Amino acid sequence: MQRFANPTRFMQISDAVMPWLVGLTLLLFAVGLYLAWFVAPPDYQQGETVRIMFIHVPAAWLAMAVYTLIAAASIGSLIWRHPLADVAAKVAAPIGACFTLLALITGMLWGKPMWGAYWVWDARLTSVLILFFLYLGLIAIWQAIDDYSRAGRTAAILAIVGFVNVPIIKFSVDWWNTLHQPASIVRIDGPSIHLSILVPLLVMAIAFTCLFVVLQLLAMKAEILRRRVATLQAGRVASAIQAQAAS
Amino acid sequence: MAVFADLGPHAGFIVAAYGAAIVLVGGLSAWIIADYRRQLRQLAELEARGVKRRSSR
Repeated sequence: MQRFANPTRFMQISDAVMPWLVGLTLLLFAVGLYLAWFVAPPDYQQGETVRIMFIHVPAAWLAMAVYTLIAAASIGSLIWRHPLADVAAKVAAPIGACFTLLALITGMLWGKPMWGAYWVWDARLTSVLILFFLYLGLIAIWQAIDDYSRAGRTAAILAIVGFVNVPIIKFSVDWWNTLHQPASIVRIDGPSIHLSILVPLLVMAIAFTCLFVVLQLLAMKAEILRRRVATLQAGRVASAIQAQAAS
Repeated sequence: MAVFADLGPHAGFIVAAYGAAIVLVGGLSAWIIADYRRQLRQLAELEARGVKRRSSR
């Protein structure tokens, strides 16, 4: 595993899999959107607004999954000081923030016609809003601290402490009386959604997950290159100072 | 357009949700791709000036 986690090896592997991943993502989105718009029937309660769920649910899942990835990478970064774990945690934050914002916006656009309000201070909505602020906090740390290693350690601590919010989001609908409906897919007695809606939802969820993997790999490659550029520029400046001191 | 006509009284909310997804995901993808290309270009410029990593010397 350590052998594959080398930045140069990572660049080679991601270069090789990227075209396949992009192709798979586009194919899954084409199939998912076709099913979501032309095959899935209107829901018996939500009517046509159920089509918002095909983007809201995958975005909400990814919002939590990406934060979990950041917390795991942060543990790898703090304990093993692995540079790729650090890079993975850093670049995942804006991507996770984007999916969280999408989940919040699409949730609001679904909430207005269904609940009569864009927003309610319900436990699920509020905990997802806190998740969005945690993402913003991580991005702010990386922007505010120039030194990669200090920024990485500080962001890792916030990410690990903030992870406590993820199970709160998941179980908020069970622990408190919320307007948000309880879990309807990941349940002990199986999904409570009809297959005609469940299948498009799952295809869209896999498509969004593939999109996340593509964006994460590309952003990690960009970050590795950024650090190489910074190292080369620092080396160049150091050589110039040495040459000046010698003359 | 037949699909949009069939979306019922909440068509605006549904179209706005998909529009938000296109703007956010499209914007994020464009930003990441642009950043990757910028880093590639900067590295190529440095290497063209003879500044190379120890491993590639």
